[in-house]
Amino acid sequence: MSDKILQIENLTVSFDGFKAIKNLNFSLDPGELRVVIGPNGAGKTTFLDTITGKTQPTIGRVIFKDRDLRGLKEHQIARMGIGRKFQTPRVYLNLTPREGLELSCNRRKNIIGAVFGKPTTAERRTVSGLLDTIGLTNKADIQAALLSHGEKQRLEIGMLVAQSPDLLLVDEPVAGLTDEETEKVGDLLMALAESHSIIVIEHDMEFVRQIARQVTVLHEGTVLCEGTMDEVQTDPHVIEVYLGHQDEAEAA
Amino acid sequence: MDITATKPRFDWQKRRFLLIEGAIVLVFVLLLIFVIPQFLVSIGQAFRVNLLGRYLALAIVALGIDIIWGYTGILSLGHGLFFALGGYALAMYLQLQPNGQLPDFFSLYGVTELPAFWQPFSSLPFTIFAAVAIPTIVAAVLGYLVFRNRIRGVYFAILTQAALIVFFNLFNGQQKLINGTNGLKTDTATIFGQPAGSAAVQWSFYVLTVVLLAGAYALCRWLTSGRLGRLLIAIRDDEPRVRFTGYNPTAFKVLVFAASAGLAGVAGALYTVQSGIITPKVMDIAFSIEMVIWVAVGGRASLVGAILGTLVVNFAKSFLSEKFPEVWLFFQGALFLIVVMVLPGGLIGWLRTHGLDYSRTLLRGKQRVTTYPSLEEDPDVEYERQDLTNRKSDG
Repeated sequence: MSDKILQIENLTVSFDGFKAIKNLNFSLDPGELRVVIGPNGAGKTTFLDTITGKTQPTIGRVIFKDRDLRGLKEHQIARMGIGRKFQTPRVYLNLTPREGLELSCNRRKNIIGAVFGKPTTAERRTVSGLLDTIGLTNKADIQAALLSHGEKQRLEIGMLVAQSPDLLLVDEPVAGLTDEETEKVGDLLMALAESHSIIVIEHDMEFVRQIARQVTVLHEGTVLCEGTMDEVQTDPHVIEVYLGHQDEAEAA
Repeated sequence: MDITATKPRFDWQKRRFLLIEGAIVLVFVLLLIFVIPQFLVSIGQAFRVNLLGRYLALAIVALGIDIIWGYTGILSLGHGLFFALGGYALAMYLQLQPNGQLPDFFSLYGVTELPAFWQPFSSLPFTIFAAVAIPTIVAAVLGYLVFRNRIRGVYFAILTQAALIVFFNLFNGQQKLINGTNGLKTDTATIFGQPAGSAAVQWSFYVLTVVLLAGAYALCRWLTSGRLGRLLIAIRDDEPRVRFTGYNPTAFKVLVFAASAGLAGVAGALYTVQSGIITPKVMDIAFSIEMVIWVAVGGRASLVGAILGTLVVNFAKSFLSEKFPEVWLFFQGALFLIVVMVLPGGLIGWLRTHGLDYSRTLLRGKQRVTTYPSLEEDPDVEYERQDLTNRKSDG
């Protein structure tokens, strides 16, 4: 037994011989908000894929709440309490935000529950509370296709929360957002961090500074270093592979 | 917003809409049974009653296509298979009437004993069960194997065609088992002591078709409303998202595919008895594609659209092929092109988006101004509007 909510031991994932992740070790405390950064191709998305069951580990184990996730399907892992937000907003475009949230909120996700189930009063209340939190009460009953990019991002985060997961995996939540929207999403994540464990993958360093307490830097499929934002920023390896490039880019 | 306050009103409204819908369906059923056939007979077009009955049977398979393709986004180009399975089941029963004798065609091939799989079809209850259950089970097995391996889109469509060809060759080649390419005739058989081709029996099949079509509509309506319906649309919009939300899409896809195959079976049985024969030709690839065209013309993801599309396309087909036998295929091709390019939502989709505005223009001579929905919803804009009207009424 361990007190970690998520533990990754000696993980290697290879695709036809190409190792996207090499000997990665990682652990997360319950209630922790962790930001994972790393240059393109560092294996960040594969890392999330492996946790959520989209990709199976070649070597090593992923342990969530003391249970090995090997061999479990995506929906089984999701039911255990892992929610995932994709890089681009992935919401059901032909449903309204309320309907989308209700689908996520539903506790009975088998056939019987879907065919005969109706949203309970408690679920309805959760959904309208969530709509309020993500600021979409006014647009609760229009098609999600009509929402703006930022609203879709918030809706997807809302759908994650509706699942009431213990661990949230959030992949680049602020890509393509305006500064104002970025801040809103940041506040939302900070609020969620009070009751969930969260892993955020991000490129935007401003945003990382806003939310990060602990940062993990991935590089070529392994953990390069771990620490607070200040520690990470002063680490010579990190400056070399990641921040260094960005400084050059900013100078140019 | 206080949700407890809105809930009862919501339910009450929903119930009222359901009642209105039920009443409309009932009116159509009564029209189809008591008015339209008599009208057709009175203008000397009695044979069109039979055509209408057949097309209404086809509308049942269109409903099936609509729930799997329109709602769930899975294109099946092999529904002719399930249609044929239903049709053959009933045809085999009729061949064995009145007292389970060996059907005539067997003597042509020197078969003297009834093949074993024919035996249970001498029972009517079994036949009715089989006409629905066999296609359903075949679809469930096929669907499970395919969906479990996450085969989707074009690959699934090709697989359904492959399955169709396999069954076509099976039925076409097995003369000693199922009379091969000649098919099974049903109009010379007797049912309940009457010839199946007689006017009285045909009329009862017509009424049965209308009633079952209404039943199929109710079933599809139930499947596509509520939580399951939303889930189906969610699977169409973004299947991985559904999976990461904790639902297993495979189960739902198998369920809908099987249900749609069951409907195709019912349709096949009703169509067969009203056409008087079933041959392996219903497993022609073109026929299965036609079914998809009916739904596309009527409007994807609209149940009324599926029925309407089937009737419009088929009556157009019968009128045009009477007048100009050679142009029908060109017309069908053109129709499909028009729908894909100009009316992506089909007839019903067009009515929903433009039809309402046009009718409003016709009635009142005034066109509704459309704005962005976000503007319509914005409380600030709403307030300003209210303010403006107040000022106007004050001044």
